This record gives sequence, structure tokens and C-alpha cells, in this order.
Amino acid sequence: MADITTSKPTTGGSSMNIGKILLEGRAFFALVAIIIVFSILSPVYFSVGNFLIMSSHVAIFGLLAIGMLLVILNGGIDLSVGSTLGLSGVVAGYLMQGVEIPAAGVILYPPVWAVVLLTICLGAFVGAINGVLIAFFNVPAFVATLGMLYVARGVALLMTNGLTYNNLGGDAALGNTGFDWLGFNRIGGVPIGVIVLALVALTVGLVLARTAFGRWLYASGGNERAAELSGVPTRKVKVSVYVLSGICAAIAGLVLSSQLTSAGPTAGTTYELTAIAAVVIGGAALTGGRGNVRGTMLGAFVIGFLSDGLVIIGVSAYWQTVFTGAVIVLAVLLNSLQYGRTGR
Amino acid sequence: MTVQQAIRPGATGEVVMSARHVAKHYGAVKALKGVNFDIHRGQVTTLFGENGAGKSTLMKILSGIVTPTSGQILLDGQPVTFSGANDALAQGISIIHQELALAPNLNVRDNIFMGREIRTARGVDFAEEERVTRALMEELEEDIDPLTPVEELRLGQQQIVEIARALQARSRILIMDEPTSALSASEVEVLFKVINDLTAKGVSIVYISHHLEEALEVTDHAVVLRDGEMTAWAPRAEIDLEWIVRNMVGENFDLGSPPESEMGAPALSIEELCVPDPSGHGLVVDHMSLSVKAGEIVCIYGLMGAGRTEMMECAAGRLAASGGAVRLHGQDVSRLSIAQRIEAGLVLVPEDRQRDGLVQTMTVGQNLSLASIGAFTRGLFTSRKAERAVIETSIREVTVKTDGGGAMIGSLSGGNQQKVVIGKMLATRPEVILLDEPSRGIDIGAKAEVFKLLAETAKQRGLAVVYTTSEVGECLSIAHRIVVMHRGRIAAEFDHTATKEQIMAASGEAVHH
Repeated sequence: MADITTSKPTTGGSSMNIGKILLEGRAFFALVAIIIVFSILSPVYFSVGNFLIMSSHVAIFGLLAIGMLLVILNGGIDLSVGSTLGLSGVVAGYLMQGVEIPAAGVILYPPVWAVVLLTICLGAFVGAINGVLIAFFNVPAFVATLGMLYVARGVALLMTNGLTYNNLGGDAALGNTGFDWLGFNRIGGVPIGVIVLALVALTVGLVLARTAFGRWLYASGGNERAAELSGVPTRKVKVSVYVLSGICAAIAGLVLSSQLTSAGPTAGTTYELTAIAAVVIGGAALTGGRGNVRGTMLGAFVIGFLSDGLVIIGVSAYWQTVFTGAVIVLAVLLNSLQYGRTGR
Repeated sequence: MTVQQAIRPGATGEVVMSARHVAKHYGAVKALKGVNFDIHRGQVTTLFGENGAGKSTLMKILSGIVTPTSGQILLDGQPVTFSGANDALAQGISIIHQELALAPNLNVRDNIFMGREIRTARGVDFAEEERVTRALMEELEEDIDPLTPVEELRLGQQQIVEIARALQARSRILIMDEPTSALSASEVEVLFKVINDLTAKGVSIVYISHHLEEALEVTDHAVVLRDGEMTAWAPRAEIDLEWIVRNMVGENFDLGSPPESEMGAPALSIEELCVPDPSGHGLVVDHMSLSVKAGEIVCIYGLMGAGRTEMMECAAGRLAASGGAVRLHGQDVSRLSIAQRIEAGLVLVPEDRQRDGLVQTMTVGQNLSLASIGAFTRGLFTSRKAERAVIETSIREVTVKTDGGGAMIGSLSGGNQQKVVIGKMLATRPEVILLDEPSRGIDIGAKAEVFKLLAETAKQRGLAVVYTTSEVGECLSIAHRIVVMHRGRIAAEFDHTATKEQIMAASGEAVHH
């Protein structure tokens, strides 16, 4: 280890620099390439309207991916976000349908803001269970969140008996209208879901770059032992990232069920994998400590714009799966190129 | 040369391998700038040099891991290019790395034969492998069962396994990169005996060590590197320690003397501290008491396993004590967390800077400011300006040679990395600093700078400094007081006028000469 200097090649020459720029901005260039290719292939692809529709699809994955980014920066993984998304939607739907209290003989119809708040608390609670299991009981993150993947999905199925809550529009007489606002309304032409994503991304970006918590997160993901000896509360950081990931999943669940005005117990199945893919395409290292919100957002847009583009030009859904898989592997391949042997 | 031949009858002096104008550039960084030297059959050639002088790069070139940018490697007079480490191994060159390259979950036998199992038609011949392993362990005078998993061995024994692995390959050129760093004095003696046996059989050894005196004991030729260039080259008979140091550093220097600081009230008091052995029986730190005054520098000397690291980690809050108290200015801090102890002014610079000291994914500046984030947080957000001030002050105070706070930590040499770890803890403005082997794996120039920094800080800030070392020479430098630990207890205490022999005798180490 004496000569770490020498094991890291520094680039020299202008041709190398172009390669380096391409490598470091790969997610951005990939997105540009996707937009150009599909714009040539389809006349309807390149329009503001289409971009906004695609962006509102991206919002769901993007929100999950931001939570996932925090967990991956910490060196962990959260497989439960897809299920948490589904459970959150179902709980929101359940609350919108009215909560019957038999003892008092009344049915409570909580206002939409209360539904949103309670659902977010649920996401935080699910994340907290993950975090405590991982940080205090040393359960591997993969296993703890895999368990939660099943449990949360199971609870969602139990609550609905496998059925879907429809008509989440509320009733003006009951004072709980407005749930569809999140999914359908637009501010200045931009879907609310996209605005929510932008707000969450900006907040998390700021937290990562400019707060003590952000620094703690990068440090404990890069070297937990060193961080601990430097006085970083590594366990609190670890619990926090899973809580935040749960909250992001709950927000994504709200946006999705609002977009659909229905909440099904199977919503969000395998979305955790898409979220991981977005984070990885965005250049984050699964070993922790490397990555940022900008990259993850680009990753989410690459996946979203690619799959929607394939739909628009009429490629079969099976081929979409193949393309998505290839893009993920390519991204990881480039990650290992960038970080070299030190990235392990 | 006649003297050499008298000592080693097997030595012929014939050159088996040589480097001619070997250079290696990594982009703009010139790790090696044209080095020439020879390896003689049946003799030991030692490479001396500070960290970053190019020793490891040269080793990697000789063992085929790295290809040189220019220059030639001659093997038996013929130019060779290795396609990789395996190619070099096939030609009889093996390397023992500074960092152990063993699979901890496999047993000793499987580690020794990893990648070159004795294969028969019916699979691997485990019985034969076991027999060979047993013979190797006998040769190395180490009582290790071939079927013991490597993770159950002490670090020193793991090093022995690594050496055995190279011996098994029957190499004619054996490169040893810091082979003794984890060995006890008696294990080092066995290693030297093995080296003598090997050279008698005609094996050539290339040796690297930061223990200069130790290396002088075993070497036949000395090659000194400085900044990627070879500055000197001479047979053993013509040189001494001073010659090496002079050529390594380019000037005379010493590790300093105790500063004349004003000693205040006891800053750190450790009382009857006990730390249980991780295996469950016995104590690694056994009712140990130590008091250090403000402005005082105390050196703790001891062999590996004497309990130095455990004592420090316990005082810093990393390990739990099973008894006793740690007081800071009379206040019991035993129940506080690591973060709270840092806040209170008690910090630890850990022994293994790669594993416990640095965050490799972060920059020099982020590493330096990691322990004092609170100092540049304004309300909710960190202040970039205040952080830059903290970083710049630290870089200046601990004299880190870097392109600035934005450079990646991995781009620094070992000595500068160590200064970053120390600077990170000093930036918290501590009152007591514990340093576990602060000179481990750094070159002599950086060592002197680290000791100077500690002496100055102790004097100016009234900082209480406690450092451990396994090199006696380093006890007799800046320390006002030398405490010798043996089996978790304090075996003896000396002031700075003590002799090396006294200290070594008290540690339970055999004084050999």
C-alpha cells in the first residue's frame, strides 16, 4: 500500500481527456443518444408533451432510485422498496375508502393531507425496521430487505384480499377530495409527480453535498471503521438511510396510485430492481461511498426514456426487457472501468 | 567481495537478473526514472528507500505484475518481458507481498497450494500436499497444523504461511516486500535462518524492509532508491546504517528529542483498566494504570500481542472495558461513545491507516475535515468557506505534500496519508492524542516529520501524547517517558535516558547479537 500513487494511472494527452469526459458523463451522453435515436425513428417522440408524459413515468422510478441511492452510498441495498410502494398505495387507498370504527359506529374519512402524512409515516416505519435489523442486529442488508420485500407485499395482499381499491377520487361531501391531484394535475404544464421528484431530488442533493449528514453518509459508505473512529454516528446514519428510502418509496406509492386513481396490492413488483439499475447507471458504486443525485436522475431518465421510446416505435415488450438488461450491464462495465481496481 | 564469499560459501556472485534503465511512468507521474541494478545468485539484495521512492514499483516490474515504460529486464543475461505474474512465476520468480494474499477461509495446506494443486487422475492429492506443507512448516520451525484455517492464525503465522507458499514454488528468485513487519523477534530470526538456507542453495533474494538494522543483518548488497532514481549501490562490507540513511534521505537527521514543554495536571488517567481477550478467556489488558500529564509525551513499547492496541482502542471507546476507568482531566469518560470522547478531547490515530484511518473514496480535504464537521457547520448546512479554512490550516500544520484539498487521498504517499490521519484528529483540537504505531509503514523522513509535529504540538498546545512503537529507536526520540508493556501489564518504566537494551529486556524480547 506504500505506493498507492502508482497504482492509479493519471490521464494525459488530449485524446485521453475526451475519453475521460465521455466516460464520466456517460449517463448524460447515453440520454442524449437515446433522445436523438428515437427522435429520428419516431416523429412523435421529440415533443414537449411526450417528454412530460415520459417524465411522469420516470417520476416513480426516480423517487425509488433516490432512496436507493442513499442506501447504496452507505454500502447497503434495499430490496423492499417495490413492496413498500405497493403497500403504501394500498394503505392510502384503504384510508381514502374510510376507516370504520365499529365501537363508535362511525366511518372516518381522513382528509387527503392526513392520508399522505400517514402513508409517509408507514414508509418510514417499514424503513426503520430494515435499518434497525441491519444496523443493530447485524442482519445483512440483502437478507433483511429481502424479508421485508415478502412481508410488505404479503400485508398488502392481506389488506385487500388480492383486490384493487378503485375510485380514490374521494367525495366532496366527505371532504376528502383531491387525491388525484398528485397524479393528474399540472403546474405550469408540468405534472405534479415530476415536480415532486424534482423537489425530492433537490433536497436530497443538497443534503448530500452540504450537510454533516451527507458527509457522514459518504464517509461511512467509503470506510465505516474509519468513519466510526472519526466520531461519525455510523449506526444512526445506517438506520436513517433505510428510513429515507422507505419514505421515498411511500411517496412513489402515493404518486403512482394517484396517477392510476386506484391502488392494487401488486403495484411496484420488481420496481426495486429498476431503482437499483438507475443508481448503477448513474455511476454509483455498489460498494458504497461513490455516487450522486445527478447521476441517479440521469440513470432513471435513461431507463424511462429508453423503455418508453421502445414502446413508441412499437418494439415488443420482450425486447424492451432485453435492452434494459443490456444497458444495465454496460453501465456496470463502465463503472468498473472508471473506478478501476480501487473501485472494488 | 571476498568478505562476502567468506560469509556465504554458496555464493558465486554471478548475476542472475538485472534491471537496465528501467523506467515506469504513470501518466505524468514518474515512479521510476531509469534504474540499474543486479541480483546475484545465492545472495540477498536489499532495496532501501523511502515510501514513494519507487521500491514497490520496481518489485512489481521484477515480478511481472507491471510492465516497464522503458528499459530492460535481463534474466541470465537475456532480455525478458513477462506477460504477467504467472509468467514470471513460471520462470522462477516469486514475490511475497507486504499485504497478505491468503484466503482466510481456507486452511494452511490449501493456501500454500492455491492455484497449483497437485493434481492426479483422481483429483487433488491432498495427502501429498499435506506432507509437503508439514515439511515446509518444519523447515520454518513453526508449529502450525496444515489443516488449520488461516483465519485462526496470528498475523505473524500468516506471514510464515505466505513465505512457505513462495518456498513451495521452488523459485530461484524470491522477492520479499516487508516480510518481517508482522513477525515477532524470534520469528524474524527463523526467517533469517531460512533466508540463509535458501541462499546457500543458490536462491537469490530481493528484500525490502523499513527496519534498516534488521535488513543490514541479512543483506549482501544494498541498493538505495530516492525519488525513482538509484542513488547508491554497494556490497554489505562497505556500508553501514548511516550510509543507507544518508543516501535514502540525502541528509543527516535524527528522530528528535523530548521537547521542553511545561507539564500540567494529569490529562489522561487510565486506572486499573481491563480488556477481555476476544477468545473469551483471560485479559489482553490486565489491570493497567497510566497517567499522562498535559504537554507530556509517553511512548509505549511492546511486542505484538502485548496489549498496546487494545489498551488504546479501549481508551478511545472502540473496545469495551471489563473493568477500570478512563479519566480525562479527572472526569470519567468510560461510558461515553467515540464521538463524545472526541468532543471531550480524547482522540485515537489507529494503527492500520488503510483499514481504520482513511476513507479511500474521499478527497484529502474531506478526510482531513471528517472528524471536525461540526466546526464548519452553520445551522443546517456546512460552510464551504469555513471548511476550506479548516482544511488549509490542517494541510499547513501537518505539512501534507498534496496538490490541495481536492486531490484523492489515494494519490498521496504512505507518509503523507499518515499525516492526513493525524491532521484529521488534531483538527478536532484534542487535549489527549493516542497514536497506535504512527510510524508503521512510513519512511524515515516522514517518521522524523511526524515525530517533530507531535513534539511541537505537545509543547505549543500542551497536548498529552501517547504513542506506541515496535522499534526501540523510536522510543528514544521525543518521548519524555517510556512505558514497556508485556502481556497486558506495564513491565517497566524508563525516562528518556534509558538504553535500547534495557527497554528490550523489559519487553520480554530476546536481545540478540
